[in-house]
Amino acid sequence: MGSVAVVQGQPVVAGAAQGEALAADAPLSFWGGFDPETGIIIDRRHPLSGHLATRRVLVVPSGRGSCSGSGVLLEAIHNGTAPAAIITSRLDPVIGLGCVLGDELYDCHPPMVVISERDRQSIETGDLMEVNEQGLITVTKALSYGQRDRTVLCVSTQQRDAQECREREGVL
Amino acid sequence: MNLALDSSEQGMLDGTHGPAIRLAMRILTRMAPMYGASSLLPITRAHIDGVILTGAAGLDFAERLADLGGQVAVPTTLNVMSMDRERWRDWNLGVTYAERAHRLGQAYVRMGAQPTFTCAPYQTENTPCFGEQIAWSESNAVAFANSIIGARTNRYGDYLDICCALTGRAPAAGLHLDEPRLATTVVELESIPPELPLRDDFYPVLGYLLGSIVANEVSVVAGLECRPTEDQLKAMAAAAASSGEVAMFHIAGITPEATTLADSLGNRQPQRTVVVSMADLRRSREALTTSSGSRVDVIAFGSPHCSFAECRALARLMSGCRASESVEVFVTTSRAVRDLLARSGELETLEAFGARVTADTCIVVAPLVKPNARVLMTNSAKYAHYGPGLLGVDSVFATTEECVASAIAGRVMRVEGPWAA
Repeated sequence: MGSVAVVQGQPVVAGAAQGEALAADAPLSFWGGFDPETGIIIDRRHPLSGHLATRRVLVVPSGRGSCSGSGVLLEAIHNGTAPAAIITSRLDPVIGLGCVLGDELYDCHPPMVVISERDRQSIETGDLMEVNEQGLITVTKALSYGQRDRTVLCVSTQQRDAQECREREGVL
Repeated sequence: MNLALDSSEQGMLDGTHGPAIRLAMRILTRMAPMYGASSLLPITRAHIDGVILTGAAGLDFAERLADLGGQVAVPTTLNVMSMDRERWRDWNLGVTYAERAHRLGQAYVRMGAQPTFTCAPYQTENTPCFGEQIAWSESNAVAFANSIIGARTNRYGDYLDICCALTGRAPAAGLHLDEPRLATTVVELESIPPELPLRDDFYPVLGYLLGSIVANEVSVVAGLECRPTEDQLKAMAAAAASSGEVAMFHIAGITPEATTLADSLGNRQPQRTVVVSMADLRRSREALTTSSGSRVDVIAFGSPHCSFAECRALARLMSGCRASESVEVFVTTSRAVRDLLARSGELETLEAFGARVTADTCIVVAPLVKPNARVLMTNSAKYAHYGPGLLGVDSVFATTEECVASAIAGRVMRVEGPWAA
């Protein structure tokens, strides 16, 4: 058993999820920065540009830019391309709204948790993340588990079907 | 933080006003604490951005609210939508696209919103008053309402705007309150040639620079000695909201909450002062142009939507002339303004020049520009900013006169004039 850390965050939009971390130090605008059709980060100036965020735990300082970002996140939730969870170190209502809309409309949303700047910086891409309803995050460092797991986020059948149709693992 | 609701708000949440209002209130009450609000406050006006077609979920949400019988509680205007509702057949949009764009617009109209379809709602008969509490979306409109009018709104994006409109409430936080409206940053103009602020292209350049300096802080611009027109202030607000998350700025002695510099700061010391020189403005202007050649494919006016005054100025410049066959010219405006132009005869002048005068929409929210276009020339900082990302074109920022001259010549005609180093 390798290195495991437990981080307590504020569950802004509570929920449980797990997945591999996709982490960067730069804020991300969902509008113009994330493609809800493919789940890929498309902002060419962002360090995660070209990465698939679907079913991963996205860890960034905050959102950025246009308030149309919540609409883009909602489309992603509808399409089954959304991240498994979104963890930030600054509360961004635009991301929060996307999560709330997903929950209210489709009974499906990535949990949104706010953690300290220091905790955020300790998380690296590839770490295995487990988020619970209370905002408790278990981080298993990338080196301590070999097999990268696939995770299932969505609860409704409709969403699961949509997700199965979108086998995106080969995209990268 | 616990949210305190009054009995009417609690009733909406409990469903006494029907399922649409309940859904809107549920979303609003979950969001209010994220804005730092401990209560809601009544609003008297809303402006909705959700009419731009982004995907199936946005359409689903609007139709669900409309089907549940939702009716807006306050006068509500609609932002640009994804096609010209009258002339959509002029473009090869495809019937599926047009049908979905139309259905989305209609869902909001069914909920009682006015079919204004403009990103400049402050230039319609629905302009809010000083001090009015409103819930607006569309970044340029939010910046204009707060800064130039002194109405009060936060940036309400997709799809909190309709939730505010249906409930007549907004989170009591941020720019709805007195203190957060005070400037914390001073942006001081220094040694600017006095003729520069008389030019139209000064304001988008200044706004674009302001947004890059202040991000989302409330700022006050000091040292502007002349009195800009409403259209110049509109261009400045739109530019600031493109390069930064600017929801509000002051201009000392000009905007209504900044009768003096000290006033706009609430008699406090600024957290920081940024001195802006001619060199900074020059860099800001250059950042709006990404093409260096003489090629131009598209020339566009109207982001935010051209006012009647701006269209008339264009008609004067275009009168008796004809655009080159090699360029497409767009004048994007509201239906209300296009109707006025038809009655004043100026629509004919613009169209005789070869300009396509579109209503309800614009070139970055509907596929109006030919896909093979490579260079967009415009007098709008917002078009110049979003063109490269949303249309895949290079942009050239210029004055209105230079844009018209370039349309006639079929190549970029642009001089440095007072911008020269």
